[in-house]
Amino acid sequence: MKLDVTYHKHDVVVVGAGIAGLYAALKTSGEVDTAVISKVYPTRSHSGAAQGGCAASLGNMMEDHWEWHMYDTVRGSDYLGDQDAQALLVRDAVQVMYEMEHLGVPFDRTEEGRIAQRPFGGHFGNFGKSPMKRSCYAADRTGHAQLHALYEQCVKNEVRFYNEFYSLLLIMKGGTCLGLVAWDIIRGGLHVFHAKAVHLATGGYARCWKITSNAMANTGDGLALVMRQGLPLEDMEFVQFHPTGVWKHGMLVSEAARGEGGYLTNDKGERFMKEYAKEKMELAPRDVVSRAVQTEINEGRGIGGQDCVHIDLRHLGKEKILTRLPQVRELALKFLGRDMITDPVPIQPTAHYSMGGIPVNLDTLVLGDSQKGTVPGLYASGECACVSVHGANRLGTNSTLECAVFGRLGGLKMLDYVRQHSGHEDLPADAAEMAREEIEHLLSTAGTKSGVRSADLRTRLQETMSENMAVYRNQGDLEKQVKICQELREQCRQVAIDDGGLCANTDLIEAVELGHMLDYSYVIARCALERTECRGAHWRTDHPGRNDKEWLKHTMAWLEGDHVRLEYKPVVITRFQPEERKY
Amino acid sequence: MERTLRVFRFNPETGQEPHYDTFTIEVEDSWTVLDALNEIKWHHDGSLSYRRSCRHGICGSCAMMVNGKNEATCEKPLSALKGTITVEPLKSFPVIKDLMVDQEDFFEKLRLVKPWLINHKAPPTDKERLQSPEDRKIIDGTWECILCGACTSSCPAFWDNQGFLGPAALLKAFRYVGDTRDEGLDERVGILDSKIGVWRCHTIFNCVEACPKSLNPTAAIVKLRRRLIQEKL
Repeated sequence: MKLDVTYHKHDVVVVGAGIAGLYAALKTSGEVDTAVISKVYPTRSHSGAAQGGCAASLGNMMEDHWEWHMYDTVRGSDYLGDQDAQALLVRDAVQVMYEMEHLGVPFDRTEEGRIAQRPFGGHFGNFGKSPMKRSCYAADRTGHAQLHALYEQCVKNEVRFYNEFYSLLLIMKGGTCLGLVAWDIIRGGLHVFHAKAVHLATGGYARCWKITSNAMANTGDGLALVMRQGLPLEDMEFVQFHPTGVWKHGMLVSEAARGEGGYLTNDKGERFMKEYAKEKMELAPRDVVSRAVQTEINEGRGIGGQDCVHIDLRHLGKEKILTRLPQVRELALKFLGRDMITDPVPIQPTAHYSMGGIPVNLDTLVLGDSQKGTVPGLYASGECACVSVHGANRLGTNSTLECAVFGRLGGLKMLDYVRQHSGHEDLPADAAEMAREEIEHLLSTAGTKSGVRSADLRTRLQETMSENMAVYRNQGDLEKQVKICQELREQCRQVAIDDGGLCANTDLIEAVELGHMLDYSYVIARCALERTECRGAHWRTDHPGRNDKEWLKHTMAWLEGDHVRLEYKPVVITRFQPEERKY
Repeated sequence: MERTLRVFRFNPETGQEPHYDTFTIEVEDSWTVLDALNEIKWHHDGSLSYRRSCRHGICGSCAMMVNGKNEATCEKPLSALKGTITVEPLKSFPVIKDLMVDQEDFFEKLRLVKPWLINHKAPPTDKERLQSPEDRKIIDGTWECILCGACTSSCPAFWDNQGFLGPAALLKAFRYVGDTRDEGLDERVGILDSKIGVWRCHTIFNCVEACPKSLNPTAAIVKLRRRLIQEKL
């Protein structure tokens, strides 16, 4: 079989249609020819699952300042975030939040008619000292409200959407990005998108864990595409485990549940957070709370000795639960058969957010080395990128904020770039070749029945990642996981699929996704093994304590064949010097 | 525990007539219909095609007909269904393959109602527009829609005439018409008042029953009608 190739030309091509991608597209649309490629319909993107809110120091409910927000973000990141990026994030937050309101996002309101704000873990007033209401919200469906408003604005601006197109390969020439190759999932067929600027906004990638809050689409495709061009990834060892995943399922009970006053209790009915974060209790940052939950479970104080503890909202009362946390209640009802109005609900830590990703500078331009070398024409923002605002641990409500601030900024920067480049540079002759080989090979395995099932390899990856590198890590387990990833990458070459067709062949897509997942999972394991300290979400039981002397630096990782090469680069520190992190 | 699923199959590339395949699989107590479909795809027949993503009823990908009723399959527990479970694609949309339907027209209908905030006054430069909590409440039950298509697919008026905008697009229309920040009713009257607009709804309430998010598109359509009549007077 020789697959056809269809050619398209646009000024800007955005990959991914969550908050970051759509904001980028919104800013270039109407000005230059803009296309969005997404493996799912835009409104299906996982930004829509963001529940609790989006942080900005609007001060609508109490006095607040961007410096306070910055301090919390820096401290929350365990001092690994770059403070120039963090300052940009929190300063732009205010304007971006107003802009999202102007775009139509249906935020909840205060009595005065302003955007309502609620407390969230890790956010405080007066440099960590007092309680704070900083999270702007629309009930507990904030990401959904933002995603839909942005999509609708893009439709208004006549952005060209290529829905259910799956990205396979970046097209590079002389170190410049000229576009990408994608597969039309519905009709089949290779498509070359020739662009002046490509913006990757492919989202999170914690699907490689068994218990995860991530959507099934979150398979790190953008990261794999970048690595396969010999480009590095940054800080991949830092993956946040959210403390309150629905037991056995992994989807989230929003942190808003604790923001609104929910308690965490163990088998004895004790609010165990008093042992771990005496002052901030349930509102300590997520890494701290996740370790507390995991310790309770490991030491036998899980509910009935099982791998869960309770989140208890009963004291909040029916009215507050129904108006502020309707989705959370619905989730517990549907997946656990428990009504939070009358019952506590079992939860466990769940792989949630990836702080690391594709390294970018403050213009969202992708970095090609550990100095400041950039890749012209290639941009990235949102969870797939690492700018780095979250460092070793992200605060709740800072993620959709990052998507909005840097997606928007990326759009504006691409606009400048595109305007400076009047024509499209010629594509290399064999632009789609590697993608063609990958797809034709997989299709040729259909029906041979001799190979390995991609689902079996993926299950093994997910189970071992959860076993060997979750909340707590150590050298032995990490070495084991590195080896497992190597073996799985080897076995992945033997994958055979069942479906040899072109139409809606999701069997094919899952096999390609597996390859992407194995590539970045291997890098995560390798980076985690190397970092012998505890910082934020990366907790090494065999190397207690944060080690600023040796490890206050970013990891840069290249996947070179079967080998991962590591380099390190300094952290940008401007305003706040590292100090001990206590809550 | 074993469960049996009867799954609709269609592949335009094989030329075979649409038919049903039956799978008997080992399941766990906590599983949903989507978990069962995943089990089939991953361990029995990889060629089965369906959409899914978030696994908790917010992305809107996985709406299908389960035992004759539209459901978000990721939220429908197997334990709530007796006997053999029949899974079919959403009715009245063209089938692409197996359980995947073509929703291009569904999204095009949304576009027709201009689903974006229309306001001719420039917003304040460094503040939000003000809106009272009471005004904000008017659109509760509209903006939560996940665009899964379950309502439109279950609507007899849509079965009769596929030109009809359908409950999802009209719910979206009220999400903006009802928003006190919006001034775009004039621009939407043409489509809402047309032959494919609000008057084609027969208030049969199938959409309300079908909605996995417990929203009420019929009520939104009635409110739109009231606004149109007020506008004419």
